[in-house]
Amino acid sequence: MTLIYPRESLSAFPKHLSPHYRSTVKRSPSQPLIFMPHTLSELSGPIYGHNAVQEGDADLTKQHKGEPLGERIIVHGHVYDEDKRPVPDTLVEIWQANSCGRYVHNVDQHPAPLDPNFTGAGRTATDKNGYYRFISVKPGAYPWGNHHNAWRPNHIHFSVFGHSFLSRLVTQMYFPGDPLFPFDPIFNSVTDEKARMRMVSSFDLENTIPDWALCFRFDIVLRGREETPPDKH
Amino acid sequence: MSDITPSQTVGPYFAYGLAPHSRCDWSPDKKVYDSKETVGANLVTPDATGEKIRIEGRVTDGDGLPINDAMIEIWQADSQGRYASPADKRARTNALFKGFGRSATDKDGAYSFDTVKPGAVPGPDGKPQAPHIVVCIYSRGMLRQVYTRLYFSDEAANGADAILALVPEQRRGTLIAHKEGGKGQTVYRFDIRVQGENETVFFDI
Repeated sequence: MTLIYPRESLSAFPKHLSPHYRSTVKRSPSQPLIFMPHTLSELSGPIYGHNAVQEGDADLTKQHKGEPLGERIIVHGHVYDEDKRPVPDTLVEIWQANSCGRYVHNVDQHPAPLDPNFTGAGRTATDKNGYYRFISVKPGAYPWGNHHNAWRPNHIHFSVFGHSFLSRLVTQMYFPGDPLFPFDPIFNSVTDEKARMRMVSSFDLENTIPDWALCFRFDIVLRGREETPPDKH
Repeated sequence: MSDITPSQTVGPYFAYGLAPHSRCDWSPDKKVYDSKETVGANLVTPDATGEKIRIEGRVTDGDGLPINDAMIEIWQADSQGRYASPADKRARTNALFKGFGRSATDKDGAYSFDTVKPGAVPGPDGKPQAPHIVVCIYSRGMLRQVYTRLYFSDEAANGADAILALVPEQRRGTLIAHKEGGKGQTVYRFDIRVQGENETVFFDI
């Protein structure tokens, strides 16, 4: 299977400079990017599949002696390419704040408690159907210094590899109906509403486990599709 | 319009998830909060052939200040110019060498990798490309990653490289890692200026 990576697909992405998100002002290239053809260096990419993960890596509630505080959740979905074919055996990494909205990071000084039973990092590999599944707790909202009274909506950070260096994606998964959506410049850096809503998970009652955990579905579509075969007629 | 999932910034707190053993000092209490590393900054494997090198550099912003919360990812061929990827069908003798690495920057914006110098790889029109490493930068304030390439200052093949030729001559130098003298290990210095004076060339791919 040879994939191509049309650049038009990238129109869904935020622009490098998005001034409402202040940190982009000094951290975005000012010169135009230089257009280059895709060579083997871009069309290839590392494979980190099941050999990179251990049993338990996908359950963020079992990494310490006790259980973390917060609302237990299941986050699952499929990783697809642009033709909606599953991307099997690819590494999916996540990291997130704890249920109080605090990250295990020295730089995060938000006065909300750390949880000694929660680090907030996990990884898994998709199966042959492109399916992945994590167990975690729902991350809390937290303040940040972008503007007065700025709060990030609840989110989980995702890192996904796919078939090549061109399909590599780092994104954030949001939760449905978050009241902070209209006020968040990172979420709204994706200006097309349909594209923006593709970062929002859906509540999945069917896979919610009674008396145990709510379930959210988050499907991810990476760059890459099959070249349209030449018309034979 | 395609329906790919949009990119979002890696944010300031990725280290414990993506590069826990890298240069970033993230843990409030190492006894409690340890984290497993999947991809590190040392790419050298026991079977890797070729010249062992170290790559060092700093990442700076539009004011020339260090970006102390960036993540650099590199992707490269082995010393024979072959990629550890299904997209490269050629046989490899360095079976364990993956050619992929990650380094978080430290408080000075510094990053480093230990690896081997890649060989020339096939390019457009069947001509070889000069040895190079694909480099990706992620950080707070970057809503999507930026792509650049690292070439080596001591490679005559740079003069005939099809991708370098696309870059205006006066900016080409930003893609060249400079070999530093000294005894022992070979070090190439590759500073990344995200914006401003002598801004690194980034590619639209």
